[in-house]
Amino acid sequence: MVGARPWLNILTHVILILGVLIVAFPIYVTFVASSHELEALLQTPIPLVPGGELLNNYTAALTKGAKAVGAPVGVMMLNSLVMALGIAFGKIAISIIAAFAIVYFRFRFRMTAFWMIFITLMLPVEVRILPTYKVVADLGMLDTYGGLIIPLIASATATFMFRQVFLTVPDELAEAARIDGAGPLRFFWDVLLPISRTNIAALFVILFIYGWNQYLWPLLITTDESLYTILIGINRMLAAGDDQAEWQIIMATTMLAMLPPVLVVVSMQRLFVKGLVETEK
Amino acid sequence: MEKRVVFRNPVLPYLLLAPQIAITLIFFIWPASQALYQSLLQQDPFGLRTTFVWADNFIDLFSQADYLNSLQVTTVFSISVAVLALSSALYLAVQADRVLKGAMAYRTLLIWPYAVAPVVAGVLWLFLFNPTLGIAAYWLRELGYDWNHTLNGGQAMTLVVVAATWKQISYNFLFFLAGMQAIPRSLIEAAAIDGAGPVRRFWTIVFPLLTPTTFFLLVINIVYAFFDTFGIIHSVTEGGPAGATNILVYKVFRDGFLNLDLGGSATQSVVLMTIVIAFTVIQFRYVERKVHY
Repeated sequence: MVGARPWLNILTHVILILGVLIVAFPIYVTFVASSHELEALLQTPIPLVPGGELLNNYTAALTKGAKAVGAPVGVMMLNSLVMALGIAFGKIAISIIAAFAIVYFRFRFRMTAFWMIFITLMLPVEVRILPTYKVVADLGMLDTYGGLIIPLIASATATFMFRQVFLTVPDELAEAARIDGAGPLRFFWDVLLPISRTNIAALFVILFIYGWNQYLWPLLITTDESLYTILIGINRMLAAGDDQAEWQIIMATTMLAMLPPVLVVVSMQRLFVKGLVETEK
Repeated sequence: MEKRVVFRNPVLPYLLLAPQIAITLIFFIWPASQALYQSLLQQDPFGLRTTFVWADNFIDLFSQADYLNSLQVTTVFSISVAVLALSSALYLAVQADRVLKGAMAYRTLLIWPYAVAPVVAGVLWLFLFNPTLGIAAYWLRELGYDWNHTLNGGQAMTLVVVAATWKQISYNFLFFLAGMQAIPRSLIEAAAIDGAGPVRRFWTIVFPLLTPTTFFLLVINIVYAFFDTFGIIHSVTEGGPAGATNILVYKVFRDGFLNLDLGGSATQSVVLMTIVIAFTVIQFRYVERKVHY
């Protein structure tokens, strides 16, 4: 510490703790609300200490869900999980082989392919909503897992990241592999994949969160309640209106929707930070 | 940068690229070109005939009071989010960088909102400020301030800005902290020996060295506010009241899916694409080379 001043140190900690508390406050209120029965939440002001209905509310949400929505939250979480894993694995798989082709081969249309992938960076779902919906509808992929996952797995960022990684791999490795008689696929499998292991893991953390938090796309293409992701479920529960909204269930569902990605970030912080910094390069 | 050592194979590279290219063509290039194509056409009221109208749809779009309002709302929203999220994150990062012990603990405690989906962030804040049962709305009432964001446009905007900022602070904090920790200690020590206090050291040394990070984050934050906040708007205000929070991305969705105005939605999509392309170019031209981690 340069030029240490004790009172300043204390002040610093006070400011940081205040910051942490302000950031955490909405979650705390949500958690408290998820542990009361509805009647308690309809009083003003609502309670600010946890109640005794925690277990009941979460079990009710997971197995029955809210009255306004026909699917239990357990099923929705499973759908979210399938979508998040599908997107994460899908993106990694198709990006890593595309990057391998671009870095380790010379062929016609190489730069064309590169630019074509680059364009996907510029076209998030939000800006081409309707025509993309139409393509998926024409392909008969509405209300399917394929429709939820496949349109989202093209990824320029992941391809670029793997390209960067491969470019830093020493040429001698490829040379040695070639002299030893290993073909390109063998080299990819036995050398490149093990080398990129931590990058893959870091990317996986980022993409899992990205996939779990997808909202607009599932909102458009799922009308079948058994395919709702948990985020769509929350929206449908809220849509019941203030009079019928079962806030204790909605709040429990909200907590459940946050839990997996937050756990991933906190428990794999090092990989998460690495992934975040690398995909933004 | 190119590889010296490459493999030779007539088909393999194409096979490896095929999945990525196929998905890009089917779900990105084709829909985008459809939007572009439709934005240049006009259908008669019965949908029987379409005529090519060049830029008429765009002229039309930019003369609608609705759309101009949405543009203005988006500008106010994204600038507020970017400024608030950047300044509060920078402030917290400066504090965290100052503590010797525990900087990483504070990082853990501050980064997790990144993992919260925008729509969930919206629901959290909606519950706090719900006019009938929200605890924050109750406190404001106790203080004599009547809170009802479903009627008051300014309050609705404040609420979505706060929710969007809350979610983005963690991301900015992470990059600011990393940027600050990369600044050589010797520079700061030298300044301290010369008698510069913490505030002076920040403005003359730390902040100038952070400009590349700040600029990079500014672009990222504006892109975030433009495109990733759909869930917040959808869950908190649905663009209302009276279009007060009707940002461009939400309007495209609403006009296309709820009002079924296909041509209008396509034209808006093209405008949005142009905006994204502009941001991407800025990011690559000016940011890429200058950011240091």
